[in-house]
Amino acid sequence: MAEVGEVRGEAAAAGPDTGAPGRGGAVSGNGRRLLVLLACVLVLACVAGAAVWRASDRAHAKDRVQPGGPTVASGAVSLTAGGPQRIVFRSMAWGPHRDELATVPAGDPDGPRTASGVKCLRFYAAGGTGICLQAVHGPVSDSYRAVVLDAGLHVTRKVDLAGIPTRARVSPSGRMVAWTVFVGGDSYAGTDFSTRTSILDTRTGALEPTLEDYTVTRDGSRLRAADLNFWGVTFADDRHFYATVATGGHTYLIRGDTATKAAVTVHGNVECPSLSPDGTRIAYKKRVPGLPADAPWRLYVLDLATGREHATAETRDVDDQAVWSDDHTLVYALPGDYGSDLYSVPADGTGAPRLLTRSALAPAYLP
Amino acid sequence: MYVSESRGSTPAVTAPSARGPFPGRTAVGATVLALGAVSLITDISSEMVTAVLPLYLVTGLGLSPLGFGLLDGVYNGFSALFRLVGGHLADRGGRHKPVAVLGYGLSALCKPLLLAVHTLPLIGAVLAVDRTGKGLRTAPRDAMISLASPPETRGRAFGVHRAMDTTGALLGPLAAFLILRQAAEGYDAVFTVSFCVAALGVVVLLLFVPSRSPEPGLAGTAPAAPADAAPPERPSLRAALGLLGRRELRGLTLCAVALGLATVSDSFVYLLLQRRLGVPDRWFALLPLGTAAAFLLLAVPLGRWADRVGRWRVFVGGHLALLAAYGLLLSHLRAGLLPYVVLALHGTFYAATDGVLMAAAAGSVPAALRSSGLALVQTGQAAARFVCSIAFGAAWTAFGDRSALGGAAVALTLSVLVSLRLRPAAAAETGRGADG
Repeated sequence: MAEVGEVRGEAAAAGPDTGAPGRGGAVSGNGRRLLVLLACVLVLACVAGAAVWRASDRAHAKDRVQPGGPTVASGAVSLTAGGPQRIVFRSMAWGPHRDELATVPAGDPDGPRTASGVKCLRFYAAGGTGICLQAVHGPVSDSYRAVVLDAGLHVTRKVDLAGIPTRARVSPSGRMVAWTVFVGGDSYAGTDFSTRTSILDTRTGALEPTLEDYTVTRDGSRLRAADLNFWGVTFADDRHFYATVATGGHTYLIRGDTATKAAVTVHGNVECPSLSPDGTRIAYKKRVPGLPADAPWRLYVLDLATGREHATAETRDVDDQAVWSDDHTLVYALPGDYGSDLYSVPADGTGAPRLLTRSALAPAYLP
Repeated sequence: MYVSESRGSTPAVTAPSARGPFPGRTAVGATVLALGAVSLITDISSEMVTAVLPLYLVTGLGLSPLGFGLLDGVYNGFSALFRLVGGHLADRGGRHKPVAVLGYGLSALCKPLLLAVHTLPLIGAVLAVDRTGKGLRTAPRDAMISLASPPETRGRAFGVHRAMDTTGALLGPLAAFLILRQAAEGYDAVFTVSFCVAALGVVVLLLFVPSRSPEPGLAGTAPAAPADAAPPERPSLRAALGLLGRRELRGLTLCAVALGLATVSDSFVYLLLQRRLGVPDRWFALLPLGTAAAFLLLAVPLGRWADRVGRWRVFVGGHLALLAAYGLLLSHLRAGLLPYVVLALHGTFYAATDGVLMAAAAGSVPAALRSSGLALVQTGQAAARFVCSIAFGAAWTAFGDRSALGGAAVALTLSVLVSLRLRPAAAAETGRGADG
């Protein structure tokens, strides 16, 4: 009986709201509403169309060479050691070779680039092996894959990725390869991102799809959490590595062992570690208390023997996994006008940052 | 009883959509279709943004979004609070439409803001405001759906609305990626188009949804609620809280809370699918589409079925589908078909519970307090699910995924048994219930 009253109310009130039966204005009222709708659709469609057109125009502009940008010419790029030291990186300079792996002499980083034709979002190389995390253009959206390259940049292995590429590393010998992707952040998982780090043995072909099953101990007790996140592997040798693990809002440097699938925490507040060629120090980004939430990191160096850490002379926010160009110098990317720019700074905290080259990301030094 | 059904054939309702998707059968009211259209359009808009957000943060802005989700709980809490506020405001003076416009408008205005902010905290803040808008509009919208549909077809009305809503959610990512195809890294274009689409949703709401809810004027003249001795309801905070004094609504809310406490969140379901059934990485992002597709296909049939056999029965039955999904995830079966079956069951769960609960609850709340009442049930359910996801995460940490899921299955079984015993919505079972 409750509903009876409701339905009556509905019917009674339907008149004025749904177009007043029996009144001549009803049809013209509907017509007017349709006209207003049509006008709004037109205006909004124009705005939307203009936005897409402008963005499309801008995207195409990146296919033309940017004024004052570096010269890039296609040529052969090899990951073999020998000859004068070289840098291989993702060249972000506008033009036909944008996002291709390119090489420059280490002594002339801002000089003319030789582009390989291989496109990567993230890249690293060592010991004649390259790891390239690239986008695969699907019919609707892009997906991502990891591609292992030999010294001639030929693909030797492809692995589909579950998320957006962020970090990549190769062990000094070239045998072990690791990468990290961001997963989630879609509507269904909410804004909750997680990372997934994989390690591939290129000799046996064995792939560890995620480090989540590793036994991680901290101060003797095992860390168990659904929110355990790993990222930023840096290899010591073909068995041992360092990486970041995060849980409960804290990050730790871990030393891991691929044979026993175990890791122990070494130090706190360490992200994206990078081991020095002599294996004695870790360069990393540290979340420094008191910094603004949108620029929380500074580039630090940790001495593994003493556990002492110190800041580098770079005072800007560094969100990158740095590389060592030698035992005394760090190289890292900062956001720039055309993609990102590469800088270097002494590892011992002295000196000042120096711009190496613009429009470049993910460098690897080849001896 | 069928007075308002006949509205569909009144020449006054000339909107062609009124004859809509069920030719030859009684149509769903024009208001419901208009609200469905608003939700469809708005979902296209919001899913456009969420689909490209990870890409935008990581590759567009070069940010590390890890830990971005830490504030999620806080935002969800806000959203739930604003749902209650929205429900209450909407009931005062029967202002369902203005409050809904405010909610939809607020979310629309957030889209151009995304063009202006480039840091994680500010982007998080904009998304929080966006969700506040969603919180504000949900209860008044569902109240309008329930008030615009005759009680005996409410299940179907909510089914049609949810199906349209889900259609929008499926189209949004498609639209966004087509724009990115046209304009590489054109995130600003995606946000601008998303704003235009959201604005269109508000326009449709303003133009095609009746501005006055029928009931408040009549609340005093007709017994709007199951014949309690209570005086006519005046929408006040006290009256809204007093709703919990009604045995039927209290029972319903308790059951929704009990079942919500055993409802594992979507992201955990997909993680479990991947870990326990070995769904390959590259399919991971597509898993939600499976749920949405089943939801879309079944929302209307299950809504109609709920009208016939009883909403409460279908609501509780939907949880049995979820329980079956848990069972398959726990089992040692390993068939290639299994992930599809789990996703179909997951979608069935949503189709049988999401709109159906609102249809059931509407029958237990007087029209004058409809928004507040629906908000109460929704908030109770959302809070329970939030608690469940925290507890489930902790159980996963302590005992592993299988034990955690086993615990959830036991809890769900108990909740279903308790709900069957309480049977709170006996009177609101079906439209016919009022006659008998």
